[in-house]
Amino acid sequence: MKQIESSELLSRQVEIIDVMNGIPHGVALIDKELRIFSMNRVLEVMTGYCTEAVQGIHCNYVLRTDCDEGLNKVLNNGGETLILEGSSIDANRKKVSVRITASPLKGRTGGDDGLLLVMEDISMLKEMDIKLQGSPEKKNLLGNSPKLQEIIELLPVFAYTDATLLITGETGTGKDLLAEAIHKSSKRAKYPFIKVNCGAIPETLLESELFGHVRGAFTGANSDKPGMFRLAQGGTLFLTEIGDLPLQLQVKLLTVLDDKEFYPLGSSKKIKVDVRLITGTHRDLKLLLDEGKFRDDLYYRLNVLRAHMPSLRERGDDVLLLMNHFLKEFNNNLGKGIKGFASYAIDYLMRYEYPGNVRELRNILEHAVNICQCDIIQMEHLPAYMLSAGEKKPAPVAGRLPDFKDEAITPGAPRRNFASWTEIEKSRILEAMVETKGNRSEAAVKLGWSRSTLWRKIKYYGLD
Amino acid sequence: MKILVTLTADDIAPRFDLCTEVLIAEFAEGSAGAVPRNVLLPGPSADELCSLILKENIDVVVCGGIEDSFFQYLVWKKVGVIDRIIGTSAKALQLAFEERLQPGAVI
Repeated sequence: MKQIESSELLSRQVEIIDVMNGIPHGVALIDKELRIFSMNRVLEVMTGYCTEAVQGIHCNYVLRTDCDEGLNKVLNNGGETLILEGSSIDANRKKVSVRITASPLKGRTGGDDGLLLVMEDISMLKEMDIKLQGSPEKKNLLGNSPKLQEIIELLPVFAYTDATLLITGETGTGKDLLAEAIHKSSKRAKYPFIKVNCGAIPETLLESELFGHVRGAFTGANSDKPGMFRLAQGGTLFLTEIGDLPLQLQVKLLTVLDDKEFYPLGSSKKIKVDVRLITGTHRDLKLLLDEGKFRDDLYYRLNVLRAHMPSLRERGDDVLLLMNHFLKEFNNNLGKGIKGFASYAIDYLMRYEYPGNVRELRNILEHAVNICQCDIIQMEHLPAYMLSAGEKKPAPVAGRLPDFKDEAITPGAPRRNFASWTEIEKSRILEAMVETKGNRSEAAVKLGWSRSTLWRKIKYYGLD
Repeated sequence: MKILVTLTADDIAPRFDLCTEVLIAEFAEGSAGAVPRNVLLPGPSADELCSLILKENIDVVVCGGIEDSFFQYLVWKKVGVIDRIIGTSAKALQLAFEERLQPGAVI
């Protein structure tokens, strides 16, 4: 066997081996030629070899993993720690899922002396993950509407590739969720998913936020900052509201996408990155192109793959599904026991336009669950802005459930096609008056109002 | 005796299921050596490799790590398997022929 070169590792052997033996995973020290220098006891058991027998042998022969190509890249990775996942065949001929964390060891001269490999058996974690989570896209993207199903079907295609993806859609439609689901389904899932809102950061800070800076690059830059591109190394960077990206940064982003490297602010050293870029916007980028606010070359570079998130109006019965989902979520969060919705409330929520889409529906449900002190969410538990007169009329939407009955609240109530809260209220007053044979006091009790409120509303609607 | 060694360059491949090249050598009775031949496989596949081993009537397989299911299958098919070997294929072949190669040996 080849004799490995003497290095700083050798002088630290005694202390390091004690530390390594204290770690409950397989740990190996390997030299810069990827040959085994030392292994801890756990790794000796996993591989079935003792350190003395395999010292100087290339680690691929000893570890028997399928990560050999990845390991070869580690030393050329500019001193970055890499996490690799794969399988290994252990001493008992069992194929186990492993996660290898490879960290370069720097010598006193600053050069790489070798690598520290930590090999974890993650077979049990993998099994549990499959049982608990199912597929990540199913967990995050809720809905059965054809338009959403189209996106879910395309998700594995988006996840398989590293091509840039542009996600469009109105605000609150779930662009972020889709980006995260794609990241979690991709081979980059074990690396970071970083989201940057280009519209939320001042223009002057955005460059530093994305690309980082070195100490002294500008007034107040007291220390080096890695920037989001570097933090997302190996993973996915999601730039939301890309339409708000200043023109000056659009050029830099284009360069990064083409060359996969950039200069941090104030630095003369190029940084190489391996990041998948996903962008999102609620703006019409074509319109921004025409107005000269967005570079056409960047637009075509970002628009390699395209996904359009449907608005809630286009998702038909998904509203009901999401209502029940959010009700369950807030019931759990707030420790409430709300059982459902009154038929009027369902009707109204199903017909509302939702300019804020799923985010708005979620907020409406959070409001309702907080306010509601009984078992069923009623109209009065919905936010006032939805119900106030003169508010945007909820429009009937094709494809939604035709009827809802809530026997506990309105027994035998016929289906109504209301256009607004005004009509619903008028109808309720008339119903109560008919039921009580015109007795206003009884009708007021039935409606849960005082007699004067009923009188005022009758006057207001001209029902007298 | 017919011996098959899983290969990566001149060494024994660390994984049976990932190997794409094998070396097959047949030692006639009473002979001191044999002319081995290399066989390139269409791709890494433990199933395909088992089929080749049976088709070639191999007596002994020398390999690196092998999954237990394939190991048991070959043993059931009366093929000897010497696994977890680290070293050069030439030396492993010679030791296997001399019946001096043990599982887990680093040669």
